[in-house]
Amino acid sequence: MATMMVKARQLVHEYIRRDEEGNPIATQAALDHVDIDIEPGSFVAILGHNGSGKSTLAKHLNVLLSPTEGTLWVDGKDTSDMDNLWKIRQNTGMVFQNPDNQIIGSIVEEDVGFGPENIGVPTDEIWQRVEDSLRAVGMLKYRSHSPNKLSGGQKQRVAIAGVVAMQPKCIVLDEPTAMLDPNGRKEVLRTVHELNRKKGVTIILITHYMEEVTDADYIYVMDSGSVVMQGTPREIFSRVESLKAHRMDVPQITLLAHELKQAGLNLPDGILTREELIEALEKLQV
Amino acid sequence: MLRDITIGQYYPTGSVIHRMDPRVKLFGTLVFLISVFAYKGIVGFAIVTLFLAALISISKVPFRYMIKGLRAIMILMLITALFNLFLTPGEVLIQVWKLKITKEGVMSAIRMAIRLTYLILGTSLMTLTTTPNQLTDGLEKALKPLAKIHVPVHEISMMMSIALRFIPILIEETDKIMKAQMARGASFDEGNIIKKAKSLIPLLVPLFVSAFRRANDLAMAMEARCYCGGDGRTKMKPLRYQSLDYQAYAVLILYLALLLALRVVL
Repeated sequence: MATMMVKARQLVHEYIRRDEEGNPIATQAALDHVDIDIEPGSFVAILGHNGSGKSTLAKHLNVLLSPTEGTLWVDGKDTSDMDNLWKIRQNTGMVFQNPDNQIIGSIVEEDVGFGPENIGVPTDEIWQRVEDSLRAVGMLKYRSHSPNKLSGGQKQRVAIAGVVAMQPKCIVLDEPTAMLDPNGRKEVLRTVHELNRKKGVTIILITHYMEEVTDADYIYVMDSGSVVMQGTPREIFSRVESLKAHRMDVPQITLLAHELKQAGLNLPDGILTREELIEALEKLQV
Repeated sequence: MLRDITIGQYYPTGSVIHRMDPRVKLFGTLVFLISVFAYKGIVGFAIVTLFLAALISISKVPFRYMIKGLRAIMILMLITALFNLFLTPGEVLIQVWKLKITKEGVMSAIRMAIRLTYLILGTSLMTLTTTPNQLTDGLEKALKPLAKIHVPVHEISMMMSIALRFIPILIEETDKIMKAQMARGASFDEGNIIKKAKSLIPLLVPLFVSAFRRANDLAMAMEARCYCGGDGRTKMKPLRYQSLDYQAYAVLILYLALLLALRVVL
């Protein structure tokens, strides 16, 4: 089997709180012996509510943080080895939550060109990459606009283009839709899915919106720094009770199907879409 | 009130001056500033005026728009003029109590007012015809030799361009915080000056906190995109001199030489 895009073994990260003199007064394990395997080209979602450690994990993937214990390999490279730092950052792009705080340029195309400039791409190729990646996210006609004039969803797509221009193998999105309205959320998700399908980029989507992950290949659910559930969306959503125990919101349709089943209807587990529910209900009538 | 902040405002017309290399414009501004203080006599004044008028007309920026920038320094100009008017010793024209207006005072007040006006017009012509990014790029390139003596030229220009990018965002944020405080009964334009200053505290504290949070986020985003300072960086829009720029340099040097020669001769 080919090398895993991401492989974590017993990954631990502790935040250490210090007093004024710098003596540690408390440690808090944000990641607690996490094992994760993500295959190249897959679309993986990491779910969890606030404080579950999912953002800490995201920062590890880009070596913004280093493991306290355990090992994390990104594209076969150990993240605790500082020689790999820039290679890994180049190969795993990162999109953050707040669209305003991650756009550096004052013109859309200049922002997209920022990453390639940093890694020393020749000028002609930067222009080519900027054009290609803006086209890939459907923002080409805004190339000479100021980012301040764009909507939240558009800004987030520009941020994604900025990452795509570095031609990464893998893109980590840390709650990219948390500050967006429903339309912007749809825009961003569509873009991400397209990148995954057309360019074969591995996508790691970190979110707490259950609705966003029904199309993922694989899901990890995190709580208090540990992976508490993992599986395909269907497997995950068929365990409504344990999802609720981890304080996750189950999609309405899945919840409805679950309640109906509890009430005595003979429905299959893990219904994800409205169509599936309608089909299952029609079968019952016959 | 906050919308009036006009740092780095750009007025696109696509003129020859807009298309020039920012380094030329920086050099040109410097030359013009020197000339404003170095000219002598009515001929020198005529040359400087003609030069400025020619630049403004070539830039196609409406003159009325440029005058707007002068309003902000009206008070400064008035104070300078008054000081010159009353405090220059010389032949007394009018004397009221202890205040004397001298002939030399009137002359130097007028000269000062003209110099300040030209100064503002000349520098605003540069900001009106150059985008903030070009400006910082130009500065970085022009100051490159200083990097040899460990002046962090790249870092300074990066900070400037980031500051310019965040001005509108922070203005918006200030607006938002103001409205949030007003909704809870705060008022920002009541009472005397001390009271007004005090009422700004609940505005400034959250603004600072959020600015720091933004800075933290931005630094992380930059690092995640492989930013590690100026070494080994390539440019998406590198600055290259065109023949137009060389011509502009020639014109500028000629202009300065002419003025200095006049100063020596007269």
